[in-house]
Amino acid sequence: MSTHQPPLPQAAPGGSYPGYISPIPVVRTHLGHAIASEWTKIRSVRSTMWTLGVFVLLVVGIGLLAGALVSNSSSSGDLSGASALSLGFFGLLLGSMCIITLGVLTTASEYGTGMIRTTMVACPSRARVLVAKAIVFFSVAFVITLAASAFVAMTQVSMLDGVTRTPTSGEWLKGTVGVSLYIALLGLLSLIIGSVIRHSAGAVTIMIGAVLAPLVIALFMFSSSLEKVRTALFEYSIPNQLSVFYSNSLGDSGPSGWDPLWIILGVTAVAFAGAYALLEKRDV
Amino acid sequence: MIELAGLTKRYGDKTAVDDLTFTVRPGIVTGFLGPNGAGKSTTMRMILGLDHPTAGRVRIDGKRYEQLKDPLTYIGALLDAKAVHGGRSAFNHLLCLAQSNGIPRARVAEVLDTVGLTAVARKKAKGFSLGMGQRLGIAGALLGDPRILMFDEPVNGLDPEGIHWIRTLMKTLAAQGRTVFVSSHLMSEMALTADHLVVIGQGRLLADTSMADFIRTNSRSYVRVRSPQRERLLDVLHGAGITVVETGTGALEAEGGKAEPIGELAAQNGIVLHELSIQQASLEEAFMQLTAESVEYHAHTDSPPVPQAWGTGWDKGA
Ligand SMILES: Nc1ncnc2c1ncn2[C@@H]1O[C@H](COP(=O)(O)OP(=O)(O)OP(=O)(O)O)[C@@H](O)[C@H]1O
Ligand SMILES: [Mg+2]
Repeated sequence: MSTHQPPLPQAAPGGSYPGYISPIPVVRTHLGHAIASEWTKIRSVRSTMWTLGVFVLLVVGIGLLAGALVSNSSSSGDLSGASALSLGFFGLLLGSMCIITLGVLTTASEYGTGMIRTTMVACPSRARVLVAKAIVFFSVAFVITLAASAFVAMTQVSMLDGVTRTPTSGEWLKGTVGVSLYIALLGLLSLIIGSVIRHSAGAVTIMIGAVLAPLVIALFMFSSSLEKVRTALFEYSIPNQLSVFYSNSLGDSGPSGWDPLWIILGVTAVAFAGAYALLEKRDV
Repeated sequence: MIELAGLTKRYGDKTAVDDLTFTVRPGIVTGFLGPNGAGKSTTMRMILGLDHPTAGRVRIDGKRYEQLKDPLTYIGALLDAKAVHGGRSAFNHLLCLAQSNGIPRARVAEVLDTVGLTAVARKKAKGFSLGMGQRLGIAGALLGDPRILMFDEPVNGLDPEGIHWIRTLMKTLAAQGRTVFVSSHLMSEMALTADHLVVIGQGRLLADTSMADFIRTNSRSYVRVRSPQRERLLDVLHGAGITVVETGTGALEAEGGKAEPIGELAAQNGIVLHELSIQQASLEEAFMQLTAESVEYHAHTDSPPVPQAWGTGWDKGA
């Protein structure tokens, strides 16, 4: 391809262009404008209400059900080693599918409808659009997950008072703020995948596959020569990493403590950089 | 003012836009004409920074689109009326656009009123008819009261009243000193609205001319004559130095826009005339002639589709 650039037609003298002057005050747009716009977008569609509604229902419903089952069936002392907080795990694992879906829809649905062109015309800085979407979605996902998981945790702890051990403040922090950050980051990763794949169903499938596949594959690795891979797949699978937030066992291998959070933070950061590079390079 | 210089876009092997250089000036309506697949929408997407040009460049008042700090108050565009999230109401759709450019919230109600959608402002966009969707898209373009407006086939799906409205709107906008750039495949539509014409075919520039010039050079007029004494009439007209073309239907077409000399010649020679009328080749015909070689998707009008024998297409393709 030639790098030759034909000369542009001459600019008007003085560099000023004639024409209509709008009475609307000129505003230098910034990230704040993009965030306000994305907030209007996310709150003005039904899919947000649906995904978040089902999420809260799953987390609270399954959490309370688990609490009730355990408090009725177990005799005092059985579970004294575990804290009641860990019962929140099942609801959150299922509920994460809703957050994944909402994350994907935040970006991919705009490609499905063609709205993305309108968005990018209104805000030509592609980085700003992606960052604004990420901030708005992450905040919404974090706040909702925190509210739901904290409510479930408090209810379960009071239901199982005496049956299980009282959680320490460190466990409280991991079981509420920790898991909420993890779930919100998982959703953010889905948003990024949605921006790369540009197809809602495709991106949701990929993310659900990423959550479930390692665990399922590990289950079918019978051969002893694959023992190491099998353990790694299991330990680093997303469900297992999520469960780390509820356990205080420091296993000899695999992530423990706050490790899962740092892992997903790293993965999300790398994915974000990749998605941004692609967004700049591709046509809208 | 929109300036294109050597603008080129390739998708793989396919050259959608091929070395386009032209300028869209303020104060007039510039029509952007071309048959299906000519590259009009691709050109508009490149102007708006959505598609990266393969070569060449485009400047809006000297700047790249990405350099505009307040794009919507500078340039408003209607690309595809369906480019809205169907689940969002017209009001919220415009509100999120306004917010992204710091445009006062009050403008949303104003433009909804301008396009006549106030009554359905809170209704979901997916329930909108083609024409209502088009009006919502136009509302989005007008939102920032911009100095440059770009419409990709705005009359698509509008009823006659809507078409009349958009025509008047475009002329009013241009009269206020704005740059108005509008695409269409209908020459007749452009003849009524545009002051300047840019015609492309298969991505290449075919014409960049004022509407008046285009009409002057392309609207050939001739006189149609029918007579039972056709041979005698031909002789007489030839004798008088008038160029005549015979048509298949038996009528004669005489060059030049005057009927009087032909009528008088016939009377002097006692020739009976059945028809003597001035005909004007339509602009649509002129446009079709101009783009004839570059039309990509022909319908087969001259021969009815004949079912091909199995396998006849294969030898060529292999
Ligand atoms: N994203 C794309 N990938 C591949 N080819 C494309 C793409 N966009 C457009 N084209 C091709 O480029 C050519 C020009 O398309 P474009 O949509 O710009 O034409 P148009 O003049 O707007 O046509 P119409 O009048 O039908 O709207 C077409 O042949 C089209 O197939
Ligand atoms: Mg088009």
